Amino acid sequence: MSAAQSALPISMRGITKRYGPVSVLADLDLDVAPGEFLTLLGPSGSGKTTLLMIIAGFVRANAGSVKVGGEEIITMPPHKRNIGMVFQNYALFPHMNVFQNIAFPLKQRRVGAKETATKVGRALELVQLSGLGDRRVDQLSGGQRQRVALARAIVFEPRIVLMDEPLSALDKSLREHMQIELRSLHRRLGMTTVYVTHDQREAITMSDRIAVMNNGRIEQLDRPEALYARPKTKFVASFIGESNFIPVECKDGAVWYDGQRLQTTSELPSAGQHWLVARPEKVRVAGGASNLNGANVLQAVVRDVVYQGDSFLCYAVLAGGEQIALRDYCRSDVLSLIPSAGAQIRLQIPAEDTTVVTER
Amino acid sequence: MTAQVADMGVLADRGALNSARLTQDARRESLTFLALCSPGLILVGLIIVLPIGWLFWLSFFDESGALSGANYARFFEQRSYVRTFITTFQVAFLVTGLTVLIGYPLSYMLSQISRRAAAICMIFVILPFWTSVLVRTYAWLVILQRKGLVNTWLMDLGVIDQPLPLAHNFTGVIIGMTHILLPFMVLPLYGSMKSIDTDYLRAGMNLGASPTATFWQIFFPLSLPGLAAGIIMVFVLCLGFFVTPALMGGGNVIMWAMRMEQTTSLYANWGAGSALGVVLLAVTLGLLALFHRLMGARATSVWGG
Repeated sequence: MSAAQSALPISMRGITKRYGPVSVLADLDLDVAPGEFLTLLGPSGSGKTTLLMIIAGFVRANAGSVKVGGEEIITMPPHKRNIGMVFQNYALFPHMNVFQNIAFPLKQRRVGAKETATKVGRALELVQLSGLGDRRVDQLSGGQRQRVALARAIVFEPRIVLMDEPLSALDKSLREHMQIELRSLHRRLGMTTVYVTHDQREAITMSDRIAVMNNGRIEQLDRPEALYARPKTKFVASFIGESNFIPVECKDGAVWYDGQRLQTTSELPSAGQHWLVARPEKVRVAGGASNLNGANVLQAVVRDVVYQGDSFLCYAVLAGGEQIALRDYCRSDVLSLIPSAGAQIRLQIPAEDTTVVTER
Repeated sequence: MTAQVADMGVLADRGALNSARLTQDARRESLTFLALCSPGLILVGLIIVLPIGWLFWLSFFDESGALSGANYARFFEQRSYVRTFITTFQVAFLVTGLTVLIGYPLSYMLSQISRRAAAICMIFVILPFWTSVLVRTYAWLVILQRKGLVNTWLMDLGVIDQPLPLAHNFTGVIIGMTHILLPFMVLPLYGSMKSIDTDYLRAGMNLGASPTATFWQIFFPLSLPGLAAGIIMVFVLCLGFFVTPALMGGGNVIMWAMRMEQTTSLYANWGAGSALGVVLLAVTLGLLALFHRLMGARATSVWGG
């Protein structure tokens, strides 16, 4: 298994894919750094899977270039691309046992029996399935199948690894466990990896960078922390994490809501109607007047409070009629401050926790 | 429910709580299910076990009604029986082979084209299937006979001088039966090919297998259950086929079922006819068992997945 130094960069230019009049990918550029774990995140129909299929060679693009380590692969047939892929349903061959499945790519490359046995053994060890080589695929649990699929995708030391929603078939706790495992495996092997998911939490947990896709375009490409803290569009803000959207007007280099001037550290778009984004956990209830310095304080009426065990969620309505959500952990000092429905409260949104985004 | 540890006596009592009643309920339930199954069991007994048993019984009596093994001895004594037996299996193997050779590529094409196109093509496979065997056999006679369509055209075109012997012989039987039995090969094959997930083939290519290697190492093994089902169906149907060989063979190709018909209706020898039936049944079951041994392990492993 190759170490980090042999990882290759992927460079995509002008990828265009149309199905008849419907444009799925529009002139898309994307660079993946060597050894990077990059996630394509988006709703269904955003083009993320199509892009992955173009890299793997199962879908032919109308135009574009995909270079891996400087070599053009978009014109190669899929079996010559030397790319490891983990499929959504694993696609483990049901007529072969675990060993034969993992040995399959080695067999195609005419690797000798002895070397095959060594490599398959090492791959099984890597995914913690040593000794299960002669199991039939249908005797494996979902998590074990996932690991076999992974072992099969890396055993032949591919140039890059692609994963198409590999965890979506697992239940929640196993999925979270595998996320951590996949990430640590990636760190150890250091292969350039392109991962597709529609689960924003999964993307944030695992990725070095995330490309948020919408309507065949990349809306924003950034590190998870940056995407969460500084979304550039309303789509990104609503797709990643929970968000409150407050309609604001930008004029004279300032942000106004309902006649009140709000402070923000975010870059301001051009003058006009925009949205101020505030995450529910950043909004605070102003207890007494003492801890408030007057900035970004909004009057609101509590509509409902939802108790969720570790935290509570409070829905309040602003003067302008917009609903705003506020989340906080149920610490003892906070518990006493939880408002009840119908109460008049004052909310504070710290300036550094706000972002102004455009509609599109 | 108390969490305290009770003494053993109490635990034992709890262990027996309602047990007599629950055991009784379980027994009554299984009796009810047996009663519900009984109409089916009686029907199977009446229309399968009883007639076959009777057939078996009859085969041990000669024409005079005395118990004897004469009906079975005849298979070894009379050359014509042996010849019939050989002809039957020749036809069965050849027709099965031909339906595989024609049916596999046909099913493969049907499974790869769009659903709509496949549905239209399927009509051409199924439509003859719904037509009477007798009608189709006569149609083949019209096409293949000495002055039939094929011979007339070929002679008009000057390809041949003499009409080809296509009907009233072995060739005619094979052509007719292959056509009639083809759907029995195509339908199970198409079903099993259609159920092969394209991701398996994609995975094969992704892992470095050329399209040819992907076909032979992944698609073909995964289509084996359908192939096995088709082979068994066509082969077993061939062994007992009557109408087509009788008409297309023109009396020159005598198959097992025709011999049975002769024995019972022409010579009214039920014992001899029964013996023919018993031997055919035994040979068929034996071959199926053999086939299952050869294919079974692989086929079931695919089904298991």
